[in-house]
Amino acid sequence: MTDASPAVAVSPWQMVTVAKIVAETPRIKSFFLKLSRPFAFAAGQHVDVRLTAPDGYRAMRSYSIASAPQAAPTIELAVERLDSGEVSTFLHDVVSVGDSLEIRGPLGGYFLWPQSDTGPLLLVGGGSGVVPLVSMIRHRRTINDRRPALLLYSVRTSADLLYGEELFELERRRDGFTFVVVLTREQPTRPGDYGRRVDAPMIADVIARLPAAPSSVFVCGSNPFVNAAADGAVAAGIPAETIRTERYGV
Amino acid sequence: MVTRGFGGRRQPPDRSGRIPPGQHLVDDFPVLSAGPTPRVPDDKWTFTLKIGPKPVKTWNWAAFNALPQSTITRDIHCVTTWSKLDTQWQGVTIDDLLADAQFEPPTPFVLAHSYGGYSTNLPLKDLVGGKAMIALKFDGQPLVPDHGGPARLLVPHLYFWKSAKWVNAIQFTTRDEAGFWELRGYHMYGDPWREQRFTDD
Repeated sequence: MTDASPAVAVSPWQMVTVAKIVAETPRIKSFFLKLSRPFAFAAGQHVDVRLTAPDGYRAMRSYSIASAPQAAPTIELAVERLDSGEVSTFLHDVVSVGDSLEIRGPLGGYFLWPQSDTGPLLLVGGGSGVVPLVSMIRHRRTINDRRPALLLYSVRTSADLLYGEELFELERRRDGFTFVVVLTREQPTRPGDYGRRVDAPMIADVIARLPAAPSSVFVCGSNPFVNAAADGAVAAGIPAETIRTERYGV
Repeated sequence: MVTRGFGGRRQPPDRSGRIPPGQHLVDDFPVLSAGPTPRVPDDKWTFTLKIGPKPVKTWNWAAFNALPQSTITRDIHCVTTWSKLDTQWQGVTIDDLLADAQFEPPTPFVLAHSYGGYSTNLPLKDLVGGKAMIALKFDGQPLVPDHGGPARLLVPHLYFWKSAKWVNAIQFTTRDEAGFWELRGYHMYGDPWREQRFTDD
């Protein structure tokens, strides 16, 4: 855990307008939010979304920003609908284009890219945990960064791939970005993809596909997923302080 | 401002007085941390009390477990908005730790340090008087690595990032020095009842 991230200024609460909603997968929708007070942010950061009932009751959750920093003053959040979720079900089932929402951000001062290192980048995402990693990949493309980067992205079936077409397209640019899909409930059809859960041998395998060991690793997903990937990276000899994790909690 | 169409799910009235603003109740025990989970074997584990850079006393696992063990039941509140009620912990109170070291606190501030490089700052007054412990067990079982085992700091009246997992030192500092998350935008104190989540809250 060493880095030189500056303390990040947190903007106060602001109203945003829902400009567009896209059903990306059976369980994930993208919400494009027009900020009333645009802010600068780093790839990997998140915002808090706060809902207020007529009697003042409030519910708040954090959602990673999917868009690249350059896309502001509109930010894109990708939200998975959790059946038992109080906020995600509301966003999916009730919110429509033109609605106002209250958000605060940007938040998070550690799970950020780029860092000061210059070596290859390894990104490992499970489910909607890919969202902050997609912001990093989009940012890398926008700034024409050519360093080798590999995204290992685990989902149940190919229908659950968030931004799949965009990621395949980015890989076809051959600018040093490699996209590897992990399917846990389906067999892959692309050579090089995996049809099992993420484990230590898989992490060692993808590290070996990079021209040199990664100098930054970002892992985001459920806690067991993050442990499997981060432990695998440590076992492969990657220094723990260069591995940044973000966990949903469960 | 009211969010169009939002009614919200209320907590049962008998519990609502125990849940700080902006928090919601969970029954599970979410795991959050910024890096790989450190795995520290008991025979490699130590805990050190320091003044500035100077170690004052170090305990190994056996010596630490021989200290008086206390059990407390408390509600805990994570800045990511989950709260969990009636969690039961066993460990060594900071009072008992300081008594064993025969140690008069030299300054009113500390930094807690952890395996893996994490740190967090606290006023001493929030650690003494039975308010905090180095916890070794949760729910009667040895603390697992995901939840900070072998030992974590437990300061249940503050947001849970203050309850440093994998704790291995308490260091007295002359000033209130920001820890890992406090350097990255989180509040220096972190009172859940005042919603002190970020620096200027």
